[in-house]
Order: sequence, then C-alpha cells, then structure tokens
Amino acid sequence: MKRISATAFTLLIGLLAWNGDASAFCGFYVAKADTKLFNKASEVTIARHDNKTVITMANDFKGDVKEFAMVVPVPTILEKDQIHIGEAAVLKHLADYSAPRLVEYFDENPCRRYELFQDKMGALKNTAPASAELKRERDRALGVTIKAQYTVGEYDILILSAKESTGLETWLSENGYKIPNGASAILQSYLKQHMNFFVAKINLGEQAKLGLSHLRPLQIAFESPKFMLPIRLGTVNADGGQELFIYFLTKQGRVETTNYRTIRLPEAQEIPVYVKDRFGDFYKDLFTQQVRREDERGVFLEYAWDMNWCDPCAANPLSTEELRSLGVFWQETNGRIGKGMPMAQNVFLTRLHVRYDAAHFPEDLIFQETTDRSNFQARYILRHPWNGTDDCPAATAYRQQLRERQEKEAQALANLTGWQISEIRKSMGLASGPLIEGKKWYERLWNN
Amino acid sequence: MGQHDGKTHPDLLSIWRDPRLYQIVSLSALLLYGLLWLHFEVSPWQITITLGTALLTQYAGTRFFSLPAFDPKTPLISALSLCLLLRTDQLPVVALASFLAIAGKFVIRWNDKHVFNPTNLALAVVLTSGLGWMSPGQWGQVAWFGFLIACLGGLVVTRAARADVTVAFLVFYVGLLIVRALWLGDPLTIPLHQIESGALLIFAFFMISDPKTTPDSRTGRIVYALLVTMAALYVQFGLFRPNGPLWGLIACAPFVPLIDYVLPGSRYDWSKPSTGRGCVAHSHT
Repeated sequence: MKRISATAFTLLIGLLAWNGDASAFCGFYVAKADTKLFNKASEVTIARHDNKTVITMANDFKGDVKEFAMVVPVPTILEKDQIHIGEAAVLKHLADYSAPRLVEYFDENPCRRYELFQDKMGALKNTAPASAELKRERDRALGVTIKAQYTVGEYDILILSAKESTGLETWLSENGYKIPNGASAILQSYLKQHMNFFVAKINLGEQAKLGLSHLRPLQIAFESPKFMLPIRLGTVNADGGQELFIYFLTKQGRVETTNYRTIRLPEAQEIPVYVKDRFGDFYKDLFTQQVRREDERGVFLEYAWDMNWCDPCAANPLSTEELRSLGVFWQETNGRIGKGMPMAQNVFLTRLHVRYDAAHFPEDLIFQETTDRSNFQARYILRHPWNGTDDCPAATAYRQQLRERQEKEAQALANLTGWQISEIRKSMGLASGPLIEGKKWYERLWNN
Repeated sequence: MGQHDGKTHPDLLSIWRDPRLYQIVSLSALLLYGLLWLHFEVSPWQITITLGTALLTQYAGTRFFSLPAFDPKTPLISALSLCLLLRTDQLPVVALASFLAIAGKFVIRWNDKHVFNPTNLALAVVLTSGLGWMSPGQWGQVAWFGFLIACLGGLVVTRAARADVTVAFLVFYVGLLIVRALWLGDPLTIPLHQIESGALLIFAFFMISDPKTTPDSRTGRIVYALLVTMAALYVQFGLFRPNGPLWGLIACAPFVPLIDYVLPGSRYDWSKPSTGRGCVAHSHT
C-alpha cells in the first residue's frame, strides 16, 4: 500500500529572493528577510470581510508528491466551486512586499555638505526547508462520511465529516494517511465542534497532464463566523517549534490574535553596517530572541500597512488583480493612481509570524479584526559613517560622536539578537568596550 | 462591618474599609506594568483624557443632580479600567467613552440604581460603533498571575461584602470551560489558557461585582452570575466573538430590576458595605 504522510497544516512554501530596485525618501531600502530563511515554515493568506473568508495555503513540499497529503479542519462543507488553485507567484509577491527590511543612510561630510547616494540591493541566501515526518498509528472504529470528492487541478480533494467522534482516524489510516500519535483526541475535539475535514492528495495523472514540477497553492472560500486557524494538528508530532506566517487581507484594519499576545517586533533601530551582508542571520536570530523574551508564547506583528503604498517598498504593492486572486472580493476593480502604480482600495495587510508548539500554544489561533489602520513595519537602519579625511572642528566632534554611536549600535544589535557583544565589536572593527566609551567626562572637560 | 457615625464625614476606619481605594491601587499598578513591560498601546494622552473626562463628568453630574459630595473614587476605577481595556486610534473616542461611562451612571437609572456598569457600557458602545477595539490577548502570564493575587488579596483585605457575585461568576465560568474541555476531550491546558486573561479578572473583580449594578440579595446575585456566564459562553462559543463576558454583562444588566423585584434585598452603600441582608440602608451615587 502506498504510504502517504499527512502533513496536517504543515504547509511549506519557498520564495525566491526578489531583486528589483526600489528607493524611498526615508532611507534606502537595501534588503529584506525572506520567509524561506526558516525551516518548516508554513504560509497562509486569509482574506476576510463580513465572515466571508478565503484561505490560501502555500505549498513547498519537497518530497515525492506521492507522499504529499494535507488534512485541514474547516468550518463548513465545501462545494467544488469553493476550492481553487492559486498562483505561488502572487504569494511570493505578498511575502516580499511585507518582509522585514533593512534601510541605509549615509552620513554627510560634516565639513562640507554634499550628498552621497548609493542604492544597492542585497538578496538573501536561502536555506532549504524540510518537511516534518509524521508517524503512523493504528486506529479505532469507523463512521466517516465522505461529504464530497473533487479533483481540482493537480489535487484530489475529499471533504470528510464524521458524526461519531471515532472513526476518522481509522479511515485516514486505512486510506494511506499517516496519522501521528495523539492526533485522535484532537480530531475528536474538532468533530464535536462541528468542523469538517478538508483532505488533499496529489492526483498523479492530473499532475503529469499539467506538467507541473511544483505544487500550487490551494485556496478555499467559505462563510463562517469562526475567524481562526487550526494549528493543533500541526503540533502533535512536530519536533520543536513550527514556523507560521499569516497574511491577512482585510477591509477595516489590523488583525490580531485574541487568545495570544500579539507583539510588534522591535523596529527602527540603528544597527552596525556589517549586518547588511548578514541580514538573514540577523532577522532569524532577532526573531528567536524575541520569541524567547515572550516565553515562547507570543505572536509577532511584522507588517501592518494600507495596501495602497509602502515606504520603503520591499516590493511594489500588489495589483488589484493579484489581490483578487488571493480572495479580496470587496474591492472595486481597475483603480489606478499616478506613476502606473496599481492602487488597491480598502485593503489592509497584516503579517503575523508565530513559532508554535503544543506546550506553549495549546489552543488554535483565534483572531479579530480591529479598526486600527496605523502603519507598522519591521525596519532596521544602517547608518554609514563618513570616512573623509577633512579636518575641521565639526569633523573632530563628528568622529567623537561616531565612536559613541557605533558602540550604541553594537549594543542594540547584541540586545536584539543575543549575539556576543565582543564578537560584534570585532566584526565592526571596534576596540573592546571600555576604550570605546571614549574619554571620561572630566577628561573631556579639560580636554586632556 | 465598617463603622459609620451617620454624619457626612465617615470616620477613618470606614475610609480604609472602602474597597475602592484598594481597587484604584491595584488597577494603577496593573496599568503601569502594562505600559512598562507589556507595551500596551496606550498613550499618556489617552490616560490623561480618560481620567480627566471621567472626573469632570462625575463633578458635573454631582452638581447637576445635587448630590451631597463629589466622590472621585468610582469614576477613577471606571477610567482606569477603560485605560486597561479600550484601544483606539482617536483621542476624541477616548473622551467619548469616558464621558459615556460616567454619564450613563447618572442618566440610565431604574429604582435609584444605575442599570449598566459604567466601563461595560462605554466599551459596548465604542466596540459596537467600530470606533475602537479591545485586545483580549494583550496580557502575559506574569501580569495575569500577579493581578489575580492582587484581586484575591483585595477581597481579603477589604472584606468585600459583595464578593459573592465575583466568586459565583468565576466558579460558573471556569467550571463550564473545564466541563467543555472534558466533553471535547481537550487537555486542561486549554481552559487554563482561556482564563489567562487580565480582561476576565477586571471583569470578575471590578465590573460584574459593582455593587451599584448587581442585584440586592445574595440569591439574586448568584442567579445573575449564572445568567451572565451563560450569555458570555454563548457569545464565545456560539457566536465565535471575543470578549464574551463583556457582552454577557451588558445583555443581562437590564434583568437586574426584575431580579430585585423577585428577590428583594437592601441597597448597597460604599461607606457601609453589606451583603444585602438586614436593615435597608439609603445610598447615594
């Protein structure tokens, strides 16, 4: 019998680095952090207004497609027309647009005011994500109803429901889905809460016909007052924390979790210039450090912005068509503003990032849409020092301040990422701590 | 129970017995912790406007309705609760909420008691009109646990006469969450996680317990706590909306006069805390 692993909502997506040019008036955008930096990262887009919900589940399953299967609890029974295949490129665009970003400024010559501009893009190295292997388990009695069965694109879709609390697990096992230990109780809990199960496998024939090498995102549209994301199945057999990026497209404003703390990532801090080449590591370690600071219980806000614009732009805002493909149904089409920039009306994007496991996230994520339309982005600042040799009183003062500033940058970096301060100073080419502090106040007083 | 000489100036002991002082201290401490450690999105302006508007409205109400004395304690509790719970981008909304809370107390009355808890009314109006929101997930474990201890301590220290409604609500609410988890086969970490909300504590210890809006008799209050619990759980698990207890309380508050009619008891006076049994005392807002 063929063996299929059920990656219950452990969805994976790969994103390529984007390398167009972009600049903005408050600093130059130089790099963004790719979602692909994180292993076992899932990406989900939720477009929602008035209980009408479209969920796009990205997929970067790297193994043999025969092994691919997905089990997702859904609040309603889905008709064939409610299931759709999305475009991975649009999701990637959305991820790029909302990614944490690095901007840089250049100090002017304090003696002679002239402006120095440089606009460089840095792309990040990607790390390959790995899927979680789920274990197999035996079963109890049956009682499962296949509510519907469709083939959509390269996927075979089943909508399962079970009136009885048992049986689903057995059914899944007997039909070649590997269900991890401990999933049974969770399946039972979902069934009692009147949830159905959306089960997807690859139809190899269809896939061959389509000639696709990758799995395209699956989209489902439904109407339900439940504004939540089921994560419990994903925690059953996971080794360590799982990474999840959730993008919300809403009409009113920012989305937050109601049953976990939603915290803004620290932002707008000045960090040493050398981070430019290590932005991926910086963002990964910064995130880990923040997770630790919140006792591994936090959900982090990485981006909250009106879809009309961005500043600085890590990627251009999504076009009306792209947003529509992600489920934005409430928007007027063909709105455009100057410079040929596509304009999206009434779409607010929230990007949340969470690292979860069963111990710290016992309950599914529940959300609410707030009326908050204030903008937020995880933005970090590089300030290039002026390296000129001119000499004037202003330059002397500048050099003195520069040393203090660089020490502050080193400390900010250590604080954000948990990196060793001595290593940071070494990488910055700074002497060790006390020397950097400069002269004592009384030495400065008499200029010794 | 607290001593009271019947004159306009209560003696020192009864001032210190007034549970509201303790409530003001613990709410202020929680707000300070929230601002400094949890980074609550509350600006100093929001706090100033909330407190200022509440006090001004109380003062105006005192003058307009010719009450014997201006008492800042109750409006301070309402205002501090609003600072902890209400989030909005617009400062006029802050002022509006604070005004509604206190003005509602003077205007919406039945049989010499105000119908709605001030904070509850203001939050319900602002949330319904989409002018603001609450962040029920904003509390960390540390804040929650610390605040729980402070609230429980408050009951003991002040010997709050009407802790029965708080205790009854918590027993019903937590009990039913546990029953639900057992029925679903969920681990008990889920109901424990669900009650880990500072908003729930503010609700149980400061809103539903408001002696001016709860039924006068003990039996009435326990019936009331059960009603509010059922309504709260329906909002949470039937309508899938956050802030269940808040909506539960606003929906059940109009039933208090009916409960008082069926199960009568004595009216509450802040300076003479009583359980509602024995002789009837007269009160002022």
